[in-house]
Amino acid sequence: MAVTTAQPTRPPSGATPAPGGRRSRGATSGIHGSRWTPYLFLSPFLLLFITFVAVPGVLGIWISLHDWDFLLPNKPFVGAQNYADLLDSGSPQFEAFWNGMKATGIFVVISVPFLVVLPLLLAILLNRRFPGRTFFRAVFFAPFVLGVAVVGLMWRYLLDPSFGMVNGLLSALGLPGDTAWTTEQPWAWISLAAVTVWWTIGFNAVIYLAGLADIPAEHYEAAEIDGATPWQKLRYITIPGLRPVLIFVVVTTVLASANMFGQSYLITRGGPGDSTRTAIMEITDLGLSQYRMGQASAMSYVLAVFLALISLVNVWALREKKS
Amino acid sequence: MKRRNGPLFWLGMGVLSVIFIGPLLLVLLTAFKSQSESRTVPPTYFPSEWSLRAFDVLFFQDAASPVLRWFLNSMLAATMHAALVLVVCSLAGYALARMEFRFKKAIFGAIILTLFVPGFIFLMPNFLLLDKLGWLDQIWALVVPGAAGAFGVFFMRQFFMGLPRELEESARLDGAGPFRTWWSIVLPNARPALVTLGVLSYLANWNDFIWPIYVLFSPERLTLPAGLSRLQGAYTIDYPVVMAGAMLAAIPVLALYVFVQRYVIEGVASSGVKG
Repeated sequence: MAVTTAQPTRPPSGATPAPGGRRSRGATSGIHGSRWTPYLFLSPFLLLFITFVAVPGVLGIWISLHDWDFLLPNKPFVGAQNYADLLDSGSPQFEAFWNGMKATGIFVVISVPFLVVLPLLLAILLNRRFPGRTFFRAVFFAPFVLGVAVVGLMWRYLLDPSFGMVNGLLSALGLPGDTAWTTEQPWAWISLAAVTVWWTIGFNAVIYLAGLADIPAEHYEAAEIDGATPWQKLRYITIPGLRPVLIFVVVTTVLASANMFGQSYLITRGGPGDSTRTAIMEITDLGLSQYRMGQASAMSYVLAVFLALISLVNVWALREKKS
Repeated sequence: MKRRNGPLFWLGMGVLSVIFIGPLLLVLLTAFKSQSESRTVPPTYFPSEWSLRAFDVLFFQDAASPVLRWFLNSMLAATMHAALVLVVCSLAGYALARMEFRFKKAIFGAIILTLFVPGFIFLMPNFLLLDKLGWLDQIWALVVPGAAGAFGVFFMRQFFMGLPRELEESARLDGAGPFRTWWSIVLPNARPALVTLGVLSYLANWNDFIWPIYVLFSPERLTLPAGLSRLQGAYTIDYPVVMAGAMLAAIPVLALYVFVQRYVIEGVASSGVKG
């Protein structure tokens, strides 16, 4: 990334074509102006990018190699100690970190299947032709424009075990109305996953809808002539046709669920016990509330490496299989 | 043609609409209840007695929770953030779409690479940078760092690459410089992309939660989401007040969404197809 700061030191006069550049300069530069013009256009963004993305990306590693307490003047270099501590069951942050990783893992596993499948069903429903289609699409997408603060606060109230309206409605329907939605497991996980589905279903559905629009109608017509059942059409036309979109949805949804923070911060407050304290909650609590930034930075890099590996595995597992 | 949508289909649509809109209406109704009615078992759905107490408390009674101030802070931060994103991303996106220069591939590659880096990596180092800049507990902490994200540049670049070059060529023949061409020819033709990116940036900033709760400290500097989460931290939660506050945070974005939902939805849809 340091390369982005380097301005051309030798005049790119055009006398020496850039290595590998097969197109002639004059034909492609298109826009008239001095050779500094592109950098002038780029500079406001690059200034921000270098300051708040490139430098912090490296600074974070530097911090993680120190016993970096924001409130203390001395920040001694400790090498890889903060990373080693995460593997040492005797260290103080070992338990918090792996408890957070476990909670994040549980949330990913229980939420992602619903966040991938239910929006697909909704998208297939919305892909039919019917009056008011745009209206219903907008209605189902609406919760997504709300922030996690609004969503968390409202569902904490609606899911309250004693006076919440979810239990109120359930008992009005003759169902058990005393479920401890936010204060007992497994209900707390079920609540967090369900609220996340309610909040974000429209996002993935809209992405699927764009993918569905690209599947040629003739494929379905041909299948109908051959007497295909709806399930066969889904299995042999829709899902293969959506493969690139499906990969995108699975990878981004796993990452989004692994970043879960606000829902358990507001709805379950990490409870019952510490069971819904996610990795992000542990990292922000340690780094930005207790200001022990060295350890928290090490945790965030370990989590990032985990997520990168999982993304690679997802792309690999969902790739086109040539048999 | 063959597929007809029977009553079962419309029943399904109705049930789904109730699921997605109903909770918002229940919460809105709760804001008009007394505190005791918000905790009755079984719960009431419509207030037995309509009361504006929650709004009175929210706006006028609690000096430690200046909700109107939070509302204005949120609005100001989101507006400035969206404006900053539009300026820097439409400039940089245009250079990356139309101009040739050294290190173009390296710069674009570095920007795209960060689309795949999770945001939490930047929490601690950016907190330290803001401290050095003197921006902690300042509105700049909300406005500026988020504008360095790769999405906006990528989005604008893709849009500019799809514009026909002819307009720019003729502007050049008329003697317009690159900046003038960008301002008076390219940007007016990019209005749909600018609206989409502006609205998405505004929504993301208005809704941001994890960043403002850690970089803002003074009660009068908070954004609405950060402030509301502190209201909820009280010993017994005054739910009508918290729900009124949640609606205050929800209604502006829902209203904005009603007017520009096409842009929001198409912006989201394009992220999947192109990404």
